[in-house]
Amino acid sequence: MLIFEQSKAGRRATAQAPLSKADISDIPEQFRRKQAAALPEVSEMQAVRHYTRLSQKNFSIDTHFYPLGSCTMKHNPRGSNELAMLPGFLSRHPEAPDDHSQGFLACMHDLQEILKEVAGMKEVSLSPAAGAQGEFAGVAMIKAYHDARGDTERNEILVPDAAHGTNPASAVMCGYKVREIPTGDDGDVDLEALREVVGPQTAGIMLTNPSTLGVFDRKIEAIAALVHEAGGLLYYDGANLNAILGKVRPGDMGFDVIHMNLHKTFSTPHGGGGPGAGPVGVSERLVPYLPVPMVAKDGDAFRWVFEEDCPDTIGRLSAFAGNAGILLRAYIYARMIGREGMARIAEYSTLNANYMNKLLQEAGFEAAYPDRRATHEFIITLRKQAKELGVNTMDFAKRLLDYGFHAPTTYFPLLVPECLLIEPTETEDKASLDGFIEAMKQIQQEAETDAEKVKGAPYTLPVRRLDDVRAARELDLRWTPAENA
Amino acid sequence: MPFIPHTEEEVSEMLAAIGVSDIETLFDEIPENLKCGELVSVPPALSEMEIGQLMNGRASEDSRPVCFIGAGAYDHHVPAAVWQIATRGEFYSAYTPYQAEASQGTLQLLYEFQSMMTALTAMDVSSASLYDGASALAEAVLMAVRANRKSKSKRVLMPRTLNPTYRRVVDNIVRNQKIELVELPFDEKSGTTDMAALEAYAGEDVTALVIPQPNFFGVLEDVDAMTDWAKANKALSIGVVNPIAQSVLQPAGEWGGDGADICCGEGQPLGAPLSSGGPYFGFLCCKQALVRQMPGRIIGRTLDLDGKEGFALTLQAREQHIRRSKATSNICTNQGLMVTAATIHMALMGSEGLERVAAASHKNTVNLVEKLSAIEGVELVFDNPYFHEVVVRLPAPVKDVLQSLADRNVLGGFDLSRDYPELGDAILVCATEKRTGEEIDNFVQELERIIGL
Repeated sequence: MLIFEQSKAGRRATAQAPLSKADISDIPEQFRRKQAAALPEVSEMQAVRHYTRLSQKNFSIDTHFYPLGSCTMKHNPRGSNELAMLPGFLSRHPEAPDDHSQGFLACMHDLQEILKEVAGMKEVSLSPAAGAQGEFAGVAMIKAYHDARGDTERNEILVPDAAHGTNPASAVMCGYKVREIPTGDDGDVDLEALREVVGPQTAGIMLTNPSTLGVFDRKIEAIAALVHEAGGLLYYDGANLNAILGKVRPGDMGFDVIHMNLHKTFSTPHGGGGPGAGPVGVSERLVPYLPVPMVAKDGDAFRWVFEEDCPDTIGRLSAFAGNAGILLRAYIYARMIGREGMARIAEYSTLNANYMNKLLQEAGFEAAYPDRRATHEFIITLRKQAKELGVNTMDFAKRLLDYGFHAPTTYFPLLVPECLLIEPTETEDKASLDGFIEAMKQIQQEAETDAEKVKGAPYTLPVRRLDDVRAARELDLRWTPAENA
Repeated sequence: MPFIPHTEEEVSEMLAAIGVSDIETLFDEIPENLKCGELVSVPPALSEMEIGQLMNGRASEDSRPVCFIGAGAYDHHVPAAVWQIATRGEFYSAYTPYQAEASQGTLQLLYEFQSMMTALTAMDVSSASLYDGASALAEAVLMAVRANRKSKSKRVLMPRTLNPTYRRVVDNIVRNQKIELVELPFDEKSGTTDMAALEAYAGEDVTALVIPQPNFFGVLEDVDAMTDWAKANKALSIGVVNPIAQSVLQPAGEWGGDGADICCGEGQPLGAPLSSGGPYFGFLCCKQALVRQMPGRIIGRTLDLDGKEGFALTLQAREQHIRRSKATSNICTNQGLMVTAATIHMALMGSEGLERVAAASHKNTVNLVEKLSAIEGVELVFDNPYFHEVVVRLPAPVKDVLQSLADRNVLGGFDLSRDYPELGDAILVCATEKRTGEEIDNFVQELERIIGL
């Protein structure tokens, strides 16, 4: 039932709004609203109960193992949330003067320093609001760099076929053409193919390493040399930073710019689809172009740095300073992990992934890259099941829900058929992993003996499989009061 | 090990299962020369108690002054239930509802959000959110350029009365797509967009016209005339609105004869604390005909195998994870948790509650303006009706006055001298429903004292 369907005219949560209604008749009638907006009219209890019940229809990290590949669904420490929501932080107006903001600015400055270190970069700007905005910022900086040098013929960004969809979309938003680079059979970028297309038109390459295929590209130094020799720059998509934290740094691999998804690696909440945070770090040559605002330290005092201080900046990408509250959570998390804990994140997420990869293969599942080490995630392909049993990846995914597991990422990356991209993260214990493997074995058995059962899943959730075609053809995107009549 | 549950015994079992002797072996495909040592600039770990002490100290360092600044972020009351529910783990720690059956809570909530936003703005369709008001406007401009196929110019008219940061953000985001952003001047008496300047573009190829209501000065624009002008000149109209103001002002979908084509804005006033500027959320609504040009997530109601109602992501063929380089936007993660809060906020407030907040904010601002104008040398700059923000000119240098006020724990307004030097020593002040009569009187007395010095 929708909240609108519980509405009754004249009812409302009275204590939550001003107790009287001020007169606004001094605003001329031509500007005023004629008919009240049809919002629900419910009591506080009704609203609380309705949204509490809705929450219970979700799978989440707090309730379920959620091995959604490429999304790093690890435990979100409650301390990060509580401390980021201290009244002093929540009530700070973004335009408050620096001398009323030293506590907040100190946190932001510290976080910049931590991210510089883990990325191996020269400077960091925290302002991008999500990974995709970080990508945009990164490519815009690459463009600004070439333009400043009068190197304006570079009109192409190279993107491997395994990349996230945001990569080509971000490059296009910056005015570039996208050229796709194939992946070799071993999962690494096809170096020969790259050599053929890199040239004076190359502005840069966007890479995720480890890639979305769950393997570390061993030829990264050769790739970097090839692109740099052609005058292009290297962009690092930090979606998979969790896999290498404290082990190897993008700056040391030769990258010029990186975005970091703090909602992944630094465990800020995914919130049902954001807010994220996508700070960017850059090598020396891109420092002038970083997005503002940033935080500088003069002696013991912290201050905002704006356009006036950075004449070549690509500018602001949001009205204020990005997702400040998310940045605070990331900072708190980073301080609890600490210097000695950073590498452990890579170690235990990699241990978990390799353990699952091995056991699933022993159970008869086909790994996409059986001869490679898994990183923090790995791919299983169910092409045999699809072909021989008529039970495809989506069927396995939906059946996993019945077994109490959120499904891994399905059908991505696009170049592995019938794939499941599985990322357990370091915060899951062995028993969770074993439980998932056991569920996969049972579903396999079901697929062999009663395929229809798997194809009809899920059975135990609030709804069964939904008609996506109908959703797109007969668009129903909002409740309308007429339904109530 | 913080947040890592493995016991030594489990690690041994797992390594044995994998067939390696130690964890480090799992990194043997990374070239040895690339590996980094200890991250010396990262400080050693703190316990939850220790980081709690540090953060409490830093939070209290920022002295929580009384806020008369708006300028795009407004200090409204947020009902207690909003964040108690929004931070439930089932909302807080879920992700984008890719598996619809296991995400019906988030999906239904987003559908309700879309329904509330269309009710508030009187538009046909709402998306499930963008990053913030400024980036939502950038996406709205890109959307208008895609949608207005009759226009070849890619020329978008943006009034100087529009939030100057929004104008900069739009420029930064669309810069490399050959879009021409043209600034429209304002009338210095009314503080509204100069209609004669707009009229100069009549008959020319204009792709879209941006219409802020209220505008950055808090002043109410003649949105009917501007919307009708856009339609008459085959330009799409893009409203930029404050959602609280929409509860008492003519909604964007009813502007002029035919309503605005697109409407966007900053969602912060709907349940998001000021929190240093984010996270907030951008909202974006449009007419039905433009829905396929929308960026970002959209939720639809549909049926399951048994004919039962349910909710799912829809029109995904617009999005980057399907269309890649041909997507309507690069946006992926948006501001789900903020929208969760906003939906609960709107459910609790209802239309009546939002109207009361809007009316109280307006009345407090009227009260503030009357008292400020009574100070000798202080004047209201524009004479047009306003909502809950106004421009006031001071008889003394703005920076010094604001600093002196801040020293007395009053944030006295937004300094307009950087963005609008033509207005002289002007500030933008705002009094939401949270400002008490005493706070307003104290602000006025402090200002009087400082100016009199």
